[in-house]
Amino acid sequence: MSTSIHLSPGQVAASLALVVLAAAISFWQRADLERDIGIATVRSFIQLTAIGYAIKLIFEADTLWLVFGLLAVMVLFGALTARARAKKVPGAFWPLLIALAVAGVTTLGLVVALGVFEPTARYLVPVGGMVIGNAMTASAVALNRLGDEMAESRGKIEATLALGATAQEAAAPTVRRALRSGMIALIDSTKTTGVIFFPGTMVGMLLAGANPTDAVRLQLILLYALLGSVAIAGLVATGLAYRNFFTPAQQLREPGA
Amino acid sequence: MLFELSEVSLARGNRRVLDSVSAEVPAGATAIVGPSGAGKSTLLRLFNRLADPDAGTISYRDRLLTEYDPLVLRREVSLVPQLPALLEGTVESNLRYAADLADKQLDSARCLGLAGLDPDFAGRDVAKLSVGEQQRAMLARALAQQPKVLLLDEPTSALDHAARDAIEATLAELRRELEISIVLVSHDPEQARRLSDWVVRLEEGRAIEAAPVEEVL
Repeated sequence: MSTSIHLSPGQVAASLALVVLAAAISFWQRADLERDIGIATVRSFIQLTAIGYAIKLIFEADTLWLVFGLLAVMVLFGALTARARAKKVPGAFWPLLIALAVAGVTTLGLVVALGVFEPTARYLVPVGGMVIGNAMTASAVALNRLGDEMAESRGKIEATLALGATAQEAAAPTVRRALRSGMIALIDSTKTTGVIFFPGTMVGMLLAGANPTDAVRLQLILLYALLGSVAIAGLVATGLAYRNFFTPAQQLREPGA
Repeated sequence: MLFELSEVSLARGNRRVLDSVSAEVPAGATAIVGPSGAGKSTLLRLFNRLADPDAGTISYRDRLLTEYDPLVLRREVSLVPQLPALLEGTVESNLRYAADLADKQLDSARCLGLAGLDPDFAGRDVAKLSVGEQQRAMLARALAQQPKVLLLDEPTSALDHAARDAIEATLAELRRELEISIVLVSHDPEQARRLSDWVVRLEEGRAIEAAPVEEVL
């Protein structure tokens, strides 16, 4: 990991040729995405440059408090972003916030405790970002599905409640399906990794001149950590969020109530 | 008195579904009748606390409904909804689920028989049943809990005449054999006359009458 490559601003600017190509294809095919391509390019430039400087500062300061602060901000923004995709789930913010925090703390805590990574900013910031980012996507997909499924299965859930089942028992099949759909994308991509696509970390390390064996080992550690974090986030998010559909008397709330 | 309603009101959005309903429902067989949108199904859902009124009180056997544990209440006062909603699996697995919840021994052949279904329905996949068969499987599932009160929401709405007659015969037999009380929602006054001895008539969310069947119909 000691090797590094240096890229000039000119090289970055040259890669914009491909953005121009993308915009040209959009224009030619009337896909009407030129504006979005432009916004995406500008935003990625500003956001990545800003986070690059922030990470540089955090690496130089090398205090864990700054790392925890940055990870906390990621969890907060992750929960807010995921909430936008879970509109049908009442009070989705807190389940998402707790899910991301628990997934981040457990996953990072375990990899540090097992001696996989040292507890330094250099490891915790990028790994934490990946863990929280994947946990966010998984829990957003899971809660999005939960919202749809709870609406579709109202009759069945209420008929099960009518037998004297608890809210947890009545919602169990729905919660299970939501959790599955949150986890399945990462499981599928993990299955095909190295065959259909090369994950970013490995590509980055290879480009930076690292030994391929090291690149593969690091990538494996990250994939396994991500599987863990996605499962934890999905479980916590669905396990907390389904409760918001029910009253304390084990009644299904009216939609929008 | 089985159920006693006092000034029960419930709104959904801007609509008053139940408006100050006061009525008595004695043990035996009661029909709740009235036009569509009168609040019949909503009233039925209040009896086993799938919903609570915004105002007013309901008692069951002289105790407020809210004093019962809702889970225990629902196993004793069993509601069969209008639309069949069985769990994935076989008819038998549905009956077992219900019996286990109520902590009762399951005699699936008997439950199926009471609901007018052959014992060989036990192994059938619920996804492959007709709507009428599903409706009867729902009734069998409720019976697997050995409830004291059956709340039935339009139990024959999806059935042809022959199947309707079979269900009605079953309900009459249930009352004789099991001494079960039945509260049934029906839009059909003839059915109410055939099956019940007490009638509550709702119109636009208000209880117009609550009296013996021969006085109302």
